[in-house]
Amino acid sequence: MALSKITPEQVRHVSLLARLSLAPDEEERIRANMDEILGYIDKLNELNTDGVEPTAQVGDPGMAMRDDVVTNHPDPEAMLANAPARERGYFKVPKIIE
Amino acid sequence: MSHDAYEAVIGLEVHTHLLTRSKLFCGCSTEFGRGPNENVCPVCMGMPGVLPVLNRHAVELAVRTGIAANCEIAPRSIFDRKSYFYPDLPKNYQISQYETPICKGGYIELPGDGAARRVRLVRIHIEEDAGKNIHEANSSLVDFNRSGVPLVEIVSEPDIRSAEEAGAYLRELRDILRYIGASDGRMEEGSFRCDVNVSVRKKGASEYGVKTEIKNLNSFRFVEKAIEHEVARQIEVLESGGKVAQETHLWDPDREETRPMRSKEFANDYRYFPEPDLPPLVVPPEMIDAIRSSMPELPAARRARYARDYGLSAYEVGVLTAEKDTADYFEAVLPGLKNARTAANWVMTEVLRVSNESGKPIAQAAPPASEVRALLKMVEDQQISLNAAKTAFAAMCKSGKSADATVAELGLAQVSDEGAIAAACDKVIAAEAGKVAEYRGGRDKLFGFFVGQVMKAMGGKANPKVINEILKKKLAG
Repeated sequence: MALSKITPEQVRHVSLLARLSLAPDEEERIRANMDEILGYIDKLNELNTDGVEPTAQVGDPGMAMRDDVVTNHPDPEAMLANAPARERGYFKVPKIIE
Repeated sequence: MSHDAYEAVIGLEVHTHLLTRSKLFCGCSTEFGRGPNENVCPVCMGMPGVLPVLNRHAVELAVRTGIAANCEIAPRSIFDRKSYFYPDLPKNYQISQYETPICKGGYIELPGDGAARRVRLVRIHIEEDAGKNIHEANSSLVDFNRSGVPLVEIVSEPDIRSAEEAGAYLRELRDILRYIGASDGRMEEGSFRCDVNVSVRKKGASEYGVKTEIKNLNSFRFVEKAIEHEVARQIEVLESGGKVAQETHLWDPDREETRPMRSKEFANDYRYFPEPDLPPLVVPPEMIDAIRSSMPELPAARRARYARDYGLSAYEVGVLTAEKDTADYFEAVLPGLKNARTAANWVMTEVLRVSNESGKPIAQAAPPASEVRALLKMVEDQQISLNAAKTAFAAMCKSGKSADATVAELGLAQVSDEGAIAAACDKVIAAEAGKVAEYRGGRDKLFGFFVGQVMKAMGGKANPKVINEILKKKLAG
């Protein structure tokens, strides 16, 4: 295995962005895991991709679109059914501080 | 060193709702003003397992916007996920466009007397709006009716140099969006929002200074005030030897000042990546051609035409063309009138006044353009006086009756019968012998008095021009 590509600081940075709280042993496991993934990317990088457009998706180009027609959900109340807290039709969340 | 040694460098990011009936990726209504969480479904609530399906009309309106702003329309563009956590964002990412927006480049030409001033655009891209947070004393409430409403973000180059110019750019952009039917441009309802990037530099410098971003601006006046305030603040910081910090400010409309926002952690680490649930958006050339051929005349072209063809002033042209409805109405009044200015004045004063006073669009507040034309034709042909036309117009707004019927009903037709007017003049001259003597003795000012007396005798309906002619002759005696 080559040198580590991912540092423990990067793992902590990414887990904070993802709002994940990781125990120290989890951090190390994930770091090693991400290292392996990047190792695989290195493998892919050995391929010559000159003249190949960056591709995020395969299949037919172009997406199906819908007409601009209103089809409101028959039971919007159901959308709030699992809300931990609500008030007057709103979702209630801890106070947001700018 | 004075403030004059500095110049402001300003770029604007405008977010505007597109006028679709349904949301960008689901069939929920975009109607404003519904009860909380009534226009919501599993897609715009970010429930697991749902898939977005793009609204074709939103794409068409974005292309329309791009064509109106002289952009290059990308035949192929990509949707990306912008990831951040906030209670109004149920998926924890916003579907937006990052590296390959639907429109690139372009420019907006600002109105003005001098050489045309262009503000270049960086891009226009499509994205979905977030929900709305309402802050209470001990909690926040979230309404997702706005979640997934289609937006375009229009990003300008830092080509703007003053608060006034920023205001002119925003007004022009809003007028264009309204003309093409892409947006209603209502800032107070949040359907047209603006973030401002401001920096200052010494005049003549080629490098940009450190910029701050101002958010939370929901009126043109606030945009202008916030820029003025922020430019002055930055110059003061630099003049006192400090450095401008790159930060985000919020505009506080009560205190009329900007203040730094508590920095959100990693605010700029959005980890964009292509939205795996949406294939690339392909806009076929036929769609672009069809939209291009359906574009209406834009405000700038209309202004130029009005100034050229009707000889109206920049101010008059501005009032008439600010809203497409006003300009369309004006043009519908015009045919057959000798003088375009008659119609222009009438629309600018009477028609806009009844529309403003009633808070209704012209189509509902004012009589049909053809009836106003008929009324103005009577003024031009001296069948009624301008004042009588105003009386008739007010009555027509209420009754919905035609110009002919109203003028007849109210007995507003002007008397031009020389015999009748001459008789009235004789009566006045006989009754006011003393004043006639004074007039003939050199008190020219009394002429107006005699005209008034004759008009009174005629019940206000005599043609003033005819009175003038006859009185002059008779008084010359």
